[in-house]
Amino acid sequence: MRLPCPICGDRDRREFYYQGHATMLNRPSADAGTATWDDYLHNRENPAGETRDLWHHEAGCGAWIVVTRNTVTHEVSGAVLAEKAKT
Amino acid sequence: MRIAGKGLNPDGAPLSFTFDGKPYAGREGDTLSAALLANGVRLMGRSFKYHRPRGALTAGSEEPNALVTVGADARQDANIRATTQSLYDGLSARSQNAWPSLKHDAMAVNDLAAPFLSAGFYYKTFMWPKAFWERVYEPIIRRAAGLGALSGDAVEEIYEKAFAYCDVLIIGAGPAGIMAALTAAKAGADVILADEDTQMGGRLLAETGEIDGHAGSDWVKRQLEALAQMDNVRLMPRTTVTGVYDQGTFSALEQVSEQNAPLNTPRECFWRITAKRSILCAGALERPIAFPNNDRPGIMLASAVRAYLNRWGVAAGKAVTVFANNDDAHRTAMDLIDAGVRVAGVIDSRSDAKAQGDYPLFKGAQVIATKGRRGLQSITVQDANGTHEIETDCLAMSGGWNPSVHLTCHMNGRPTWSDDILSFVPMDGSIPDMSVAGAARGKFSTLECLEDGIAVATAAVTSLDLKPQKTETPTAEDTPYAIEALWQVEGKGRKWLDFQNDVHVKDVRLAAQENFRSVEHMKRYTTQGMATDQGKNSNVAALAVLADATGRGIPETGTTTFRPPYVPVSIAAMGAGSQGHGFAPERHLTSHTASVDRNAPMIEVGLWYRASYFPKPNETTWLEACNREVNMVRNHVGVCDVSTLGKIDIQGPDAAEFLDFVYCNTFSSLKENRVRYGLMLREDGHVMDDGTTARLGPNHYVMTTTTAAAGQVMKHVDWVSQALRPDLDVRFASVTEQWAQFAVAGPKSRELLNTILDEQIDNDSWPFMACGDVSVAGVQGRLFRISFSGEHAYEIAVPARYGASLFGLLTTQAEAMGGGLYGMEALNVLRIEKGFITHAEIHGRVTAFDIGFDRMVSQKKDCIGNAMSRREGLLDSEREQMVGLKPVEIADKLTAGAHLFVEGADAVSENDQGYVTSVCHSPTLGYDIGLGFLKDGPNRYGERVMLVDHVRDNHVLCEICHPVFIDPEGGLARG
Amino acid sequence: MVKLIARTACAGLLPKTIGTITLAEIAAAPVTLIAPHRGQKKATSDALKAAVGVGFPAPNRCVGIAPRAMWCGKDQALLIGVGCPELRGTACIDHSDAWAIVQIEGADAVAVLSRLTPIDLRATEFKAGHTARTLIGHMTGGITRLGSQSFEVMVMRSMAGTLVHDLTQAAENIAARAVNAR
Repeated sequence: MRLPCPICGDRDRREFYYQGHATMLNRPSADAGTATWDDYLHNRENPAGETRDLWHHEAGCGAWIVVTRNTVTHEVSGAVLAEKAKT
Repeated sequence: MRIAGKGLNPDGAPLSFTFDGKPYAGREGDTLSAALLANGVRLMGRSFKYHRPRGALTAGSEEPNALVTVGADARQDANIRATTQSLYDGLSARSQNAWPSLKHDAMAVNDLAAPFLSAGFYYKTFMWPKAFWERVYEPIIRRAAGLGALSGDAVEEIYEKAFAYCDVLIIGAGPAGIMAALTAAKAGADVILADEDTQMGGRLLAETGEIDGHAGSDWVKRQLEALAQMDNVRLMPRTTVTGVYDQGTFSALEQVSEQNAPLNTPRECFWRITAKRSILCAGALERPIAFPNNDRPGIMLASAVRAYLNRWGVAAGKAVTVFANNDDAHRTAMDLIDAGVRVAGVIDSRSDAKAQGDYPLFKGAQVIATKGRRGLQSITVQDANGTHEIETDCLAMSGGWNPSVHLTCHMNGRPTWSDDILSFVPMDGSIPDMSVAGAARGKFSTLECLEDGIAVATAAVTSLDLKPQKTETPTAEDTPYAIEALWQVEGKGRKWLDFQNDVHVKDVRLAAQENFRSVEHMKRYTTQGMATDQGKNSNVAALAVLADATGRGIPETGTTTFRPPYVPVSIAAMGAGSQGHGFAPERHLTSHTASVDRNAPMIEVGLWYRASYFPKPNETTWLEACNREVNMVRNHVGVCDVSTLGKIDIQGPDAAEFLDFVYCNTFSSLKENRVRYGLMLREDGHVMDDGTTARLGPNHYVMTTTTAAAGQVMKHVDWVSQALRPDLDVRFASVTEQWAQFAVAGPKSRELLNTILDEQIDNDSWPFMACGDVSVAGVQGRLFRISFSGEHAYEIAVPARYGASLFGLLTTQAEAMGGGLYGMEALNVLRIEKGFITHAEIHGRVTAFDIGFDRMVSQKKDCIGNAMSRREGLLDSEREQMVGLKPVEIADKLTAGAHLFVEGADAVSENDQGYVTSVCHSPTLGYDIGLGFLKDGPNRYGERVMLVDHVRDNHVLCEICHPVFIDPEGGLARG
Repeated sequence: MVKLIARTACAGLLPKTIGTITLAEIAAAPVTLIAPHRGQKKATSDALKAAVGVGFPAPNRCVGIAPRAMWCGKDQALLIGVGCPELRGTACIDHSDAWAIVQIEGADAVAVLSRLTPIDLRATEFKAGHTARTLIGHMTGGITRLGSQSFEVMVMRSMAGTLVHDLTQAAENIAARAVNAR
């Protein structure tokens, strides 16, 4: 498996650390309430098809990136820096 | 029988080898099976389940029968296919699954019991009594069934792993692969041509047909020379592409050397190849016909008989017969006759078959019986005229050819059925950016393969925006593939489908009858298609039988799923380089050599190696050394290398705000040149890590992390900065490796430091929690007045190049003051006595509340973990919270990992009150002490609990106490 | 007067020659990690160029020879071989002692590194002056191409022994292959 780092280009999957769905970017406010926080922390969709998830180019440039990929075909269709990702 | 002058290497050097201890002669270029056949040895193994005598069925990696063990002890390789094992001088091979000998195998009684051992017999026969399965049945079955055995010795040989990249990966170097490689290379593509065989050329090495008027093997040689001349071509012979993975990555196994190579030479290399395009030119595999007793040694595939003859100059028999349903197999008869071998008859199931040469042809005929216990002696042929018995010691059979579609199925692709060739062909687009050429997609004539290789490669390079040059197609045979379906022959006796797993036609029918009608169910019920050959010879025929038995067509029946690896891959190759020092990086401190020189046992802390303790000559146990080191720190001064703690340099206009966000307590209020303890939570409100952070300037901090969590915290601050708070302007970098840092702890710590600092310090210039730059023997360093022991203590840091030197200096000075070095054991005792936590306590399930730090979680700001740290249940007094423990009887020993129970309660999980995380013997107090977590612990000081350690069988009555055992007011550290 | 003695990361481990390969430690100090604050990259680059003659490198590039500036991660570079000038709006962090840096040179240099790193080292893709942060064996680190058969490999200082071990093992395997493989 290879992932397209927006800074380094296509790299082997073993350079990356997998975090989880990109929903982690939408951090609730401190007073958003337990239900919202519970959703943010624990509840995830399990899509058959396109999904966006977070990877850290840990053994590379250190960028956190959002990768768009398809869980059925395994196609990777793009990646952007997390700091620039609009969720 | 070797035929003089035949084969590709007729003048090969003679080699001697043994099989089951008996010496034989072979020649350079032989495979083991070719050499055995040359010596007239047909019996090469016993079958898996029934221990039936078997010989080589094939001449390639798909071999199901001729599995042998090569070498011995640490160099023993089991389940080696004799058909791919290159012969070398002195090779020693043994047969498998036979006792006492291959000829007289006691377990062959299984064959007589066959009626009771049909498909699914495990499930039916060994159901009762239940308890017998594990103790009786399974061990017996395991002993009886089976393949080769491991030697039990660790592998001494070297294996490698490597990566490679190319524009176009071509898998298989037969006519299609070679033309594809030439076409792609001439267009300027970076090409890898990988082929599993020792020699490239595929079937061209085994056939007599000419290309451009030259022998096929000569043509191959010339093309390979041309390819080898090109800088953009990498030829990888003996390299089997074993798997296809996402985004154009492939695994491949290279056989680098044989078992006789010097031990410093790699045996195999496991490649990970990344290609923009791939072209599968894997060819096709011939399939057997299921007729009664079709498994006797001497019954082989027609293509294998040709290969042994044309490539190795070996006649597989003296009087050969051929049984086929297609024209292709007639070539075998022709080649044998040309070589002077007698062909006793060609049996063709087609009524319109035509003889292509001077041999007896039986049209519309079938082989209905065979004879010969340990090798074929005769066959019985039935045709319109009745039955005929023919004396023959080799029957070459061909049920047609199956394209090698395997790799196209590795990403869930399904092949489609072709009525033209009566087999499966790959579906287009099964693998992104892979195309298939030649016989692998059912183009069976040599000319078709050559043409297809050019066409497919032209398309591939065009898609890479390269300009293909016109490549002329060489001239070659273009015989149509004439085949008529023949899957099974009725008659008395078992008609074997899967030779490797002893599955025959009746087993498949039985599966269907017992409602295992899905092809995947049939596979599991019968074991059809398992083990080393993965059904390469048998799957299609078995499907045809299943289709017939279930009244469905073959396309509806479908295939089982081909998965990686295409051929067996040794574990040693996959784990190459990861043994011994290659297992994990070893992080050495600058004090490493000095510590080892002092006989300190080094223990692994993550990847770091740290000194456990520094034994004195008179000390016989680690505890003696540890107690001495603790007392030394408490009474004099000790020195310990603490460079393993993570250090992160943090700078920027928003550095303070950033720290306030990642730590649950506040750092914006920290004064310059001061250090503060910080607690970091995870977003779910549990403790992630702790450590001290120093403020070196208005916008400049240095954070320390625990050794264990250094990597995790670095990743976390990257995450927070990039993903959650990109609004904050802050930069950071790890400086863990830049600084060698040593703890100097004890009442004489300042006295010691003043012997090496260029400017003297006192309590006013360096009060508790002060920090700043210092000059250490002329070198710019940093000094932090912090304590992990409760004593008056410092940590002093210098650039790592001076680490070894400073460590030596500190050691000398400390020893001159009655102090010295201390290791991890003493460090641990010192911190437990003082009630300081480590990751033994903050193990991932505890909150700030649990460790009594809930007031550190600032209520005035948002920070990571703040919101969730206050959720229901996390502030409950019934939670297990940190306490100290001491034995009521002071001689009693505490053990970590034990659980806590109310005195007198049953020590069962329902009564669990908590657990013990850290224990030590406190030389300061004279008895064992411990830290642990206990329900409502802080309100139970003075009460008693029973410590129960089921693992070590330890029961100790303990008193619950405050977790800080010494100097609770902290006066010592403030000195 | 006591004096602290400096010791390099690979002291006692290198140099060595194995087959076509030579391994030698590169003494790079001083090394400064430079990380411009937001919006300061251009200004930092200009200031660097004016002061030491090399600008802030693009991602995956190494510019200059002595001194040189080597990209080393998102928004970061290492200034190597010269003291760090005064750079406003930039975090400057001393990294002179943070790395073990080894030069690998020889006909089989690419073959050796291919045993250890998953990046594409082909000369058409990874040219002189290209640098990459990647894995070297199980270690994170950096690889820079110095010439057609010459590379510089860097890992955390504490892993110097493992780096030398891994490079040595790979080079020995390649050398043995050349002699003994079929």
